Amino acid sequence: MDNFTFGVTMMVCGMGGTILTLYVMSLIMRLLGKCFPEKKGGK
Amino acid sequence: MEQAILSGLQGLINGFLHLDWRSVVMIIVGFVLLWLGIKKDCEPLLLVPIGFGCVLTNIPLADLMGAEGFLRVIYDMGISNELFPLLIFVGIGAMTDFGPVLASPSTFMLGAAGQFGIFLTLALALALGFPQLDAVSIGIIGACDGPTAIYVTSKFAPHLLGAVSVAAYSYMSLVPVIQPPIMKLLTTEKERNTIMPAMAGSVSKTTKLLFPLVITVLGGLIAPKGLPLLGTIMLGNLMKESGVVSRLTKASENEIANVVTLFLGLSIGATMVGSAFLRAETLIILCLGFVAICLDTVCGVCFGKIMRVMSGGKVNPLIGAAGISAFPMAARVAQKEGQKYNKKSYLLMHAMGANAGGQIGSVIAAAVMLSVLAGMGIIK
Repeated sequence: MDNFTFGVTMMVCGMGGTILTLYVMSLIMRLLGKCFPEKKGGK
Repeated sequence: MEQAILSGLQGLINGFLHLDWRSVVMIIVGFVLLWLGIKKDCEPLLLVPIGFGCVLTNIPLADLMGAEGFLRVIYDMGISNELFPLLIFVGIGAMTDFGPVLASPSTFMLGAAGQFGIFLTLALALALGFPQLDAVSIGIIGACDGPTAIYVTSKFAPHLLGAVSVAAYSYMSLVPVIQPPIMKLLTTEKERNTIMPAMAGSVSKTTKLLFPLVITVLGGLIAPKGLPLLGTIMLGNLMKESGVVSRLTKASENEIANVVTLFLGLSIGATMVGSAFLRAETLIILCLGFVAICLDTVCGVCFGKIMRVMSGGKVNPLIGAAGISAFPMAARVAQKEGQKYNKKSYLLMHAMGANAGGQIGSVIAAAVMLSVLAGMGIIK
């Protein structure tokens, strides 16, 4: 594979993959926060 | 008799006779690293053993990196098989509180933007003619995360380990110097003055316990090649949050981390042999490492600006600079810079969220990178 193709693929898949993965994780974190909220008055 | 005495004396000066200019330069480099660690307090836990390892390995005839040398034994024990960075990650997970990022999951995204420097630097290294896997290892300096850089480099470009590690740790400690001018350059006075509202509520223990488990399974499924990195940091965090294995948690963040840091530093220093290190390539790698950290900051702040627009002006883009892995240093820089422009601005908890996101982001970025490489068939 030539360097240009390699570089572009790594940038697109790398940056895209990282941001997509973290976005999905942030959604799941939000969901967890909603499903298991901190109980008021709890320890 | 005289001959025997002369031969004996010869043995005492053999080291001096075999000392070439490269060994001398590298011993001086070792002293500089020791000076940086001891006198300038610049990542001393790493730079002191690295500097000393560099001095040891460049003393001729001792052959400490030879087949039987003790530095080779340590290197084979944990660097060539990538074990040491992973053990360090268990300690990092045990030390890190992901509460701020869990309280404000949107800051996770700043942790993603703060990793873009990795991929941009990779492209730059390719443009400069570095082979593909060398470029990957150089780009990973932009993770601003020593263990990740060591893990990836020892896997794909072990001949660059010394340069990449020194660059990663040196620039990490220079974050308070590198970031502020970029943050100022990319933001307007109005943006810097933005006061962010206090974070709403705290995070339940169940969420904190589920976080490492969910991240491990999900991250592992998306980027299985990076699971060792992700799994170890999350194991450390699970132990910390569970509170039921405090002995293991304390051992991970103290004894294990300390012993491994010593071995890791010594064996990285041992790779800094004059013939391999004193090349124009090393200088270029150090420059690219600097560029990588700058690009991380640029991308983080720009993403902060995008979030500001999307939130209707509620986000101070300075927290975007904290989306790197240098924890908690980058968050402190964002807080300090925010207060410089507006005394009433308290960005620390928001910046801590971005910074914790950057910690996960660097691991995810490396994991994604490894899986993309595997997907392309470049690595197995």
